[in-house]
Amino acid sequence: MPANRFNGFTDYGTGIGLRIPHYSHILEHKPSVDWFEIISENYLVDGGRPLAVLDQILEQYRVVQHGVSLYFGSADKPNRGQLRRLKNLVKRTNTPWLSDHLCWGSVDGTYSHDLLPMPYTFAAARRTAEKIRYVRDFLEVPICVENVSSYTEFHVSEMTEWEFLSEVVELADCGILLDVNNIYVSSKNHRFDPYAYLDNVPHERVAQMHVAGHTKFEKYILDTHDHPVLDPVWKLYAHATRLCGVTATLLEWDDKIPSFDEVHQEALKSREFIAEAREVQAAGRARRTAAPRT
Amino acid sequence: MKRSKGKSPPAARAARFAPAQVRSTRELAALQRAMWTVISRPLTPSNRMPRRWTDGRPTAEIAAQIARPNDRLTSFERLEIYSRMYWFRVLDSLYDDCPGLRAVLGVPRFVKLAEAYLVKYPSRSFTMRDLPSRLARFIRAEPRWTKPHTALCHDVARFEWARIAVFDSAARPVFTADDLLDADPTRLRLNLQPYLQLLKLDHPVDDFILEVKQRAELSRGEASNTSLAAPTPVARGRRLPLPKPARTHVAVHRLDGVIYFKRLEPAAFKILTALRAGRTLQQALVAGIPRARGPQPDWAGQVQGWFRTWMELGWFCRR
Repeated sequence: MPANRFNGFTDYGTGIGLRIPHYSHILEHKPSVDWFEIISENYLVDGGRPLAVLDQILEQYRVVQHGVSLYFGSADKPNRGQLRRLKNLVKRTNTPWLSDHLCWGSVDGTYSHDLLPMPYTFAAARRTAEKIRYVRDFLEVPICVENVSSYTEFHVSEMTEWEFLSEVVELADCGILLDVNNIYVSSKNHRFDPYAYLDNVPHERVAQMHVAGHTKFEKYILDTHDHPVLDPVWKLYAHATRLCGVTATLLEWDDKIPSFDEVHQEALKSREFIAEAREVQAAGRARRTAAPRT
Repeated sequence: MKRSKGKSPPAARAARFAPAQVRSTRELAALQRAMWTVISRPLTPSNRMPRRWTDGRPTAEIAAQIARPNDRLTSFERLEIYSRMYWFRVLDSLYDDCPGLRAVLGVPRFVKLAEAYLVKYPSRSFTMRDLPSRLARFIRAEPRWTKPHTALCHDVARFEWARIAVFDSAARPVFTADDLLDADPTRLRLNLQPYLQLLKLDHPVDDFILEVKQRAELSRGEASNTSLAAPTPVARGRRLPLPKPARTHVAVHRLDGVIYFKRLEPAAFKILTALRAGRTLQQALVAGIPRARGPQPDWAGQVQGWFRTWMELGWFCRR
């Protein structure tokens, strides 16, 4: 199920994040990349170099928008000024889907610029789903929500994180950007089984995956995006790919960014697991075909 | 001990900081407000969350109402991770955007200014780009953070915010010489590019910022050759001499995506300011060129030269 209604029925392969240190390399060498993910907020401006570079990228590459400030989980109303800018950018990039995080980050109009964790309650799920629907109707593009890594849990929570994610996406009828690294980080911080998480989300709604590196501290793990992907995360990714099918995948590398080639090579490691998942799927199809009908 | 039934006593109710349940959007907002209030309090000098709450209670008591502890971290420690991430992120952003203010104040005083500013003016925008937008206003309103350099810091903050605005503001189609053909100067209104910023300053901040940038580039060069080159006075952190007061008119603009500063004559500044205010070309010239008795400089030649340059730089645009 790589192509589904939550990713505009596309099959995008392996992408990397478009980052400023790589601009000149990409524009000069035009490397072969399946697609780029942009941080929408970096381009919600009226002009100048950001949009000029983006337009050059759009001439050569497929681009998907990923945001960090829609804050679907904030009790605040959606910011219509921001949405108007976002809609202009959606028209510019022609993104087949748009993702942002399942989190909150603003309160009473003040912005934290962080991805703060949700209390997992039914009321919070309803409010979040209501905002996702509003944003999707305004932007007229499929929306996917990404699970965040978290460092705290709330007393008020009424369910697990994966139950909350499932509740929200079902109520909003939206897609999932499954961040496998975030699942791993949170599973260590909150001591849950990451495989139980993967097994229990609605696989048919997964439209994209993220992989990234993280940093271990004495008492917790931080989602730092400044390392190659660690083995346990690749293993989770392989499991997720077996469950969800081959899905558009993106490597996030946002700090201590190495050369373009190094980032791209790291992203392309996902192809090993994708090939493995394809073999498993093909074997499954072969078994089903060979089985006698009753 | 008997457990009382019904409502909790007033003191206990008053002590409740975060909601005990989230079953409505109102309660969700209350929980988010409570957590934000905890994590946005300034950190201690050792970058920890303050141990005492504003009313003298242990902050741990407040945190315990919000966050669940685990086998490794208390509620306080779990929220502290977010508090540190918040402050490091916004302070880093201001640090990067304000090299001039850092150079005037030194890093420790700059950080105190930035922290006080963010307490009074936390971000009201979805983008961190806008974080310094009210810094100049704050510096003027609360001079204690910058004295005795308040006037200079005010100028520098305005200048640094102008650079941000110039970087990504809109550009409109350029007004060409052909557009001027047969135009009546008494009715002609020339529009300035939205990205062009005109600043009237009390200090030559443009030169100062260039020196700051040059020094930063030198330090970067030295940092990449630390094992090869002996440190120069620049690398040893000698403070830049601060600019003396002097009325300065500057245009901050961009060309091919690169930001430039251009010093303007006072008359040129007045003409451009009048054009931006929507005056006709004739009204702008009257506003800009001083009326004086006695021998006059060659205003016609000078003004022609200015306009030629401004046209070449693409500062005039169509509506």
